[in-house]
Amino acid sequence: MDPIVILQAGVASGTVLLFATIGEILCERSGVLNLGVEGMMLIGAMSAFSIALATGNPWLGVIAAILAGGLLSQVHAVIAIQFQADQVVSGLALTFLGVGLSLVFGEGLSKAGAVALLPAFSIPVLSLIPVLGPIFFTNQCVLVYVGYFSVPIVWYFINRTRPGLHLRAIGEFPAAADALGINVARLRHFYVFVGGMLAGLAGATISLAVSPGWFSEMTTSGQGWIAIGLVIFAQWDPLRAAFGSYAFGALRRLILDIQGPAQLLGVRNPFFYNPYWGFFLQMLPYAFTIVVLVLGSRGAVGKRLGAPAALGTPYVRGQRGI
Amino acid sequence: MTTAGTRPASRHKGLPFSIRLEPRLDQPKWLGPAVSAGAVLFAFGLGAIVLLLVGGNPLRAYGYMIRASFGSLGVLSDTITKATPLILVGLACAVAFRMKLWNIGAEGQFFAGAFAASAVVLTPLLPAETSPWLMIPAMALAGILGGAVWGFVPGLLKARLNVNEVISTLMMNYIAVAWNNFFIFAVWTEGGFQMSHMFPRTAWLPKLADFADRLPELRGLTTHLGLVFGLVAAVIVWWVLYRSKWGFEIRLIGDNPRAARYAGLNIVRNTVLVMMLSGGLAGLAGMSEIAGVVHRLQGAISPGYGFTGIIIAWLAKLNPLVVVPVSVLFGALILAGREIQPSGISKTIQGIVLVSLIASDLLMRYRIRIVRRGAEA
Amino acid sequence: MEAGSLAIEMRAITKRFPGVLANDAVDFDLRPGEIHALLGENGAGKSTLMNVLTGLYRPDQGGIWVQGQAVAFNSPRDAINRGIGMVHQHFMLVPTQTVTENVLLGLDKPAFFIDLPQCDKVIADLARQYGLEVDPRAKIWQLSVGEQQRVEILKMLYRGVQVLIMDEPTAVLAPQEILQLFDTLRSMVAGGKSVIFISHKLDEVMRIADRVTVLRKGCVTAAGLTAAETNKEKLARLMVGREVLFRLEKNEQPAGSPVLEIENLAATNDRGLPALRGVSLHVCRGEIVGLAGIAGNGQAELAEVVTGIRPATGGCVRIHGEAMVGEGSRGGEERRVRQVIDAGVSYVPADRAAVGTAPNLSVTDNLILKAYRKPPISRGWSIDRTAAHDRAEELRTEYDIMVPTVETSARLLSGGNLQRVILAREISARPKLMVAMQPTRGLDVGAIEGVQRLLLEQRQAGAAVLLVSEELEELMSLSDRIYVIHRGEIMGEVREAEAAQLGMMMTGTRLAEIEAGGRPVR
Repeated sequence: MDPIVILQAGVASGTVLLFATIGEILCERSGVLNLGVEGMMLIGAMSAFSIALATGNPWLGVIAAILAGGLLSQVHAVIAIQFQADQVVSGLALTFLGVGLSLVFGEGLSKAGAVALLPAFSIPVLSLIPVLGPIFFTNQCVLVYVGYFSVPIVWYFINRTRPGLHLRAIGEFPAAADALGINVARLRHFYVFVGGMLAGLAGATISLAVSPGWFSEMTTSGQGWIAIGLVIFAQWDPLRAAFGSYAFGALRRLILDIQGPAQLLGVRNPFFYNPYWGFFLQMLPYAFTIVVLVLGSRGAVGKRLGAPAALGTPYVRGQRGI
Repeated sequence: MTTAGTRPASRHKGLPFSIRLEPRLDQPKWLGPAVSAGAVLFAFGLGAIVLLLVGGNPLRAYGYMIRASFGSLGVLSDTITKATPLILVGLACAVAFRMKLWNIGAEGQFFAGAFAASAVVLTPLLPAETSPWLMIPAMALAGILGGAVWGFVPGLLKARLNVNEVISTLMMNYIAVAWNNFFIFAVWTEGGFQMSHMFPRTAWLPKLADFADRLPELRGLTTHLGLVFGLVAAVIVWWVLYRSKWGFEIRLIGDNPRAARYAGLNIVRNTVLVMMLSGGLAGLAGMSEIAGVVHRLQGAISPGYGFTGIIIAWLAKLNPLVVVPVSVLFGALILAGREIQPSGISKTIQGIVLVSLIASDLLMRYRIRIVRRGAEA
Repeated sequence: MEAGSLAIEMRAITKRFPGVLANDAVDFDLRPGEIHALLGENGAGKSTLMNVLTGLYRPDQGGIWVQGQAVAFNSPRDAINRGIGMVHQHFMLVPTQTVTENVLLGLDKPAFFIDLPQCDKVIADLARQYGLEVDPRAKIWQLSVGEQQRVEILKMLYRGVQVLIMDEPTAVLAPQEILQLFDTLRSMVAGGKSVIFISHKLDEVMRIADRVTVLRKGCVTAAGLTAAETNKEKLARLMVGREVLFRLEKNEQPAGSPVLEIENLAATNDRGLPALRGVSLHVCRGEIVGLAGIAGNGQAELAEVVTGIRPATGGCVRIHGEAMVGEGSRGGEERRVRQVIDAGVSYVPADRAAVGTAPNLSVTDNLILKAYRKPPISRGWSIDRTAAHDRAEELRTEYDIMVPTVETSARLLSGGNLQRVILAREISARPKLMVAMQPTRGLDVGAIEGVQRLLLEQRQAGAAVLLVSEELEELMSLSDRIYVIHRGEIMGEVREAEAAQLGMMMTGTRLAEIEAGGRPVR
C-alpha cells in the first residue's frame, strides 16, 4: 500500500481514460455526441490482444486497435451525420454492436497464452525528481508517455490553430462555417473517426499494458462510460480531462490495493477482514462519476460555458426556423 | 412546408442518374411497421454474414433458433417466460423515452426491484407462513418501490441539476449490481454459494405447471403470473400515454419542453415522476424474474434485460401495446441465443437491429427520388 | 447590352423544393457600381434566388454569369472566390468566438498556426478603412446587433468580395443605424463594389436603390425599374398583385379599466444580466398598446415575465388588480404560468416553432395545448378525444387553417398556417389580455392583414392587447398608445406617434429629453 506505487499505477490506469476522454472531447467539440466509447474501447482491446497474440508484435496490435475503433465509429458517424438520426440512441447501438462484435470475434481468446507487451521504460533524468519522478517517469509503458504529450498538443490544436478554429466553429454554429465554405459533414466524420481511434487506443492500452489479457466485457468494465462523464467534468478541455483521468486512475488502483494489507495506517484494515465490503469499494468509481457529473453541470451553469452549442444536433443546410 | 432543404445531389459522377432525398410531406400508416420489420430482417441478414465469417452456418443456426423458441408448447412457454421481464422493461424504457429521458438504467432498476422484493422474504419482513395473497402483492409493491427509488435518484439529478441521465443511470447499474452482490455473498448467502436461500413456497409466483394435475397439458410449462403483470402494465401504460391528461403532458414535454413550459407544465416534477414510473416498471420486472423463475436472489438474474428493453422500446416505436409482441420476439432471440456459438452473436444482432432501426428512421422522414441526369443544369 | 458590362447576370433560374416552386425562370442582372434592390414579400423567392447566387443551392435550371463568364457554384466558397458574398438576415456568427476568429473562419490562410495579435491588427485596420468600427478581440455575444452586422460585412470585405448581397439588413436596426448603413453602402459602391439589397420594405427600397426588381410567388413581375419609373403604390401592387390598403379600419373607442398593470418591473435574462430595469406600463380594456424597440432590449423578457414564464427580480405585475408576478404573488414557475393562463391571458410567442407549438404532435393536440385541463376536453383524469377532435375541426374552419386533417403533425405546416393555429388557440380562449410578440413576422401580406384584423377584432370585443413588434408602421397603425423600450427601461409613452420620435427613443433618448430639447422633429 505504498502511495507512490498506487499513484504510479494510477497514472498508467488513468492513461486509458485519458485517451478515451480526449477522443470524445474532439468528437463532441465537432458537434457529434458519440456514446459508443465503451464499444469502441472493447473492440480496440480485443483487436490489440488478438493481433498481438497472432503476430507476436504488440505494435501491430496497437495499430489494429486504432483502426478497429476508428472503423466502428464510422457506423455512428454515418447515422448521425448522413442519416441525421438521434445521436443518443445511435451511440447506444454502437455500444451494443461494439461489445457484441468483440465477444464474437474474441471468442476463445482468454484461454490463449501470454502475449508480448508494449515496452515500458523510465526516463533518465526526470525519474530522479523526488516524488514526481517515481510516479510519472519511472517504468511506465510507452503509451503513458504518449499520453503526456497528447494533452498539450490537443489543447494547442484546438485553441491556437486554424483547423482547431474550424473544429470549434462546426460544433458551436455549423451554419456559419457552412456559409463560409467549410464542409461540415466531412470534418465531423473526421473528428468522429479520431475519437474512435483514440478510444481504440485506450482499449489497446488496457489489453497490452495496464491489465494485459482479454476478459470479455470485464476488460473495460464501464470505463468508456466513465470517460464520457469525464468529458462533461472536463468542460471539453483537455487539461481538465487529464486531471480527471489521472485522478480516476489513482482511485481505481487504490480500490484494488486497499483490500490487501492486514493493517491500514496502523489500524485493522476492515477491507481485509471483511472481504465482502469490497463490493462497496467497487461502487466507488461509478458513484464518483456521478459526483463528477454534478460538479461539471453546476460549473457550467455559473459561467457562460458548457457544451458546444450544436452538440447532438444534426446539421441540415437550409434549415430556417420561422 | 417551412423547412426546405434538399440535400446536395449525389456525388456519384458518371452514373446516368442521381439519388436524392427529399423531406416527406406525409407519413402513411403502414410506413412505421414496414420500416421496423425491414430493419429486423436486415439485422438477421447481417448477423448471418457475421456467423459465416466465424465459420458458422446461418441457415442451420437460424433454423435451430426458430425451433428452440417456437417449436413446441414447452419451448413456446419458455419463450414467453423469457419475454415476461422484457415486456416490463420495454415498457419502462418506452415511458421514459417518450419524455426524451434516456433511461439506460433499467438494468440497475431491475436489480433494485429484485433486491427489494427479496428483502421482504429474506430479512424477513413477512414470515414464511404468510399467505401468498399477502406475500406476492407485498413483494410486487416492494419491487416497484425499489425500482422507483433507483429511478428517482438520476431523475432528481437531471431535473434539478441537469445531470446527463445517460451516464447517471448507467452508473447506477453498476452500483446496483455491486449492492446486490454484497447481500448475496455476505448477508443472505446459503452455505457460501453465490446465491441466497431459496424462497419459501409462498413467495413463488404461480406458474402454469402448478395446475398440471387438473390439466395435464400444462405440465412443465414455466409461464408464470409475471406475464399477467406485464400485460396489465402494457394496457395501463397505453391508457396513461394516450388517453390521460398526464400522458398528454409527458408527450408534450418530450416533444418540445419549451412549449410545455409555455403551457404551464412543471418539467422538474414530471421528470422525477416519469423516472420513478420507469424505474418502478423495471423493478417489477426484477421481482417477477426472481419470484417466478429462480425463486432466490442470485447474481445472474439478467442477461442484459435492461439493455434489450431499450431496443424493444425503439422497435415498438415507443408504443406500449406493440412492446408485447416485440418482447416475445426478443425473448425467443435470447432463449435460442443461449445455445448458439459464439455467445456474442445474440448481442451483435441486437446491436445491428438497433442500428438498422435508427438508420431506417431516415426513411420515415425522407423519401428517395431517382432523378435522371440532364434534367439538372 | 454587352455581356461584359454586367457584374452579374442570372438567366432563367428555376429552383424547386418539395411542394413549392421557389424560383420560376427568374432573370436578374446587376450592373457594376449600382445598388439593386430585390423586392418581394416573404416567400416570394428572393432569399432562394440569392442562395443560388451564393452557391448554397444549385439551380434546377438556368445559368449564372459573373463579369461575362459562365460559372457554376458548388458551395459558398466558390461564390466567394468569384467575389460574391452575402450578409445574411440571421447572422452567421459563432457567438463564443472573437471578431477576428469569425472573420478568419473558413479561410486557407493562416495555414496552420494562428497569430492572433497580428490578425487582430489587420482586421482593425480594415474596419477603420471602411468606417466599420468594432473591437476585433470582442466575443460576438458581447456585441450589439449593429456591431455584429458590421462584423458580417467585414467578413466579406476581408475576402475581397466585389458583389455584396444584403439580406433584409435593416430588420434589426434603429432608424439612425439604418442611415449609417446606407452611408456605408453608398461609399462602398462609390469605391467600385456592387450591392444587391433584399427587402420587403418599400420606403427603404425607394430611398437607397438605383434599380428595383420585384418578385412575386417565384416569378419576376418587374425587372430593373429605376426610382423615376415607379412609386410605392406601383411597387406594392407588383409585390402583391392587387390593391394594397396601407391604412386599416380602426375606429376610436374609449379605453376601459386597466387590465394589466406593471410597476417597476425588474428581471434578468438567460445570461443573468439585467434585462428589465424598472419597467412601468399599463394596458386597459379595449385598447391596443404597442411596445416599440429594437430586438434585444428587453421585450422578450417582458413578455415572459408577464405570462409567468420568467421570474421577476423586483416590482410586480397585476392582472385585474391581482398580483401575479413579483411582490404579493406566490408559487413557482408552473403555478405562475397556470395562474396567468387562468386569469384570461393569452400569449402569442415570437418563436412559433420553438415555443408556441409542439412539432410532432398533431394539430388537434396543439390546439388543446392549454385547454386540455378543463372540461369539455378534460374528463376526470383523461382527455375526451372526440371532444378534442370536434373542437379542432371547429377551429380549423373558423380560422381557415389549411391542413389535410387535424391529425396532421404540426411540423408539416407552413409559417402562416402555424400562426393561424396559435392564434386560433389563443383567441378562442376568449382572453381578457392578449400578449402578442412579433405576430406578423415572416408572414406574407395576406396573412399579415389577417392577423392584424384579428387583433383589431379583439380590441373591439373589449380585450386588452399588448403588441410587441419591430415593424414601426404596424405599431403606428394598430396601437392606441405606444411605449418605447430601450435597454430594459421605458423611454416614453406617446399617443400620436411619429417615426422619427420613436426612432430617437428606440436608440436611448427619453421622451422628456426630446421635448425639453425642443429639437425640431423631422
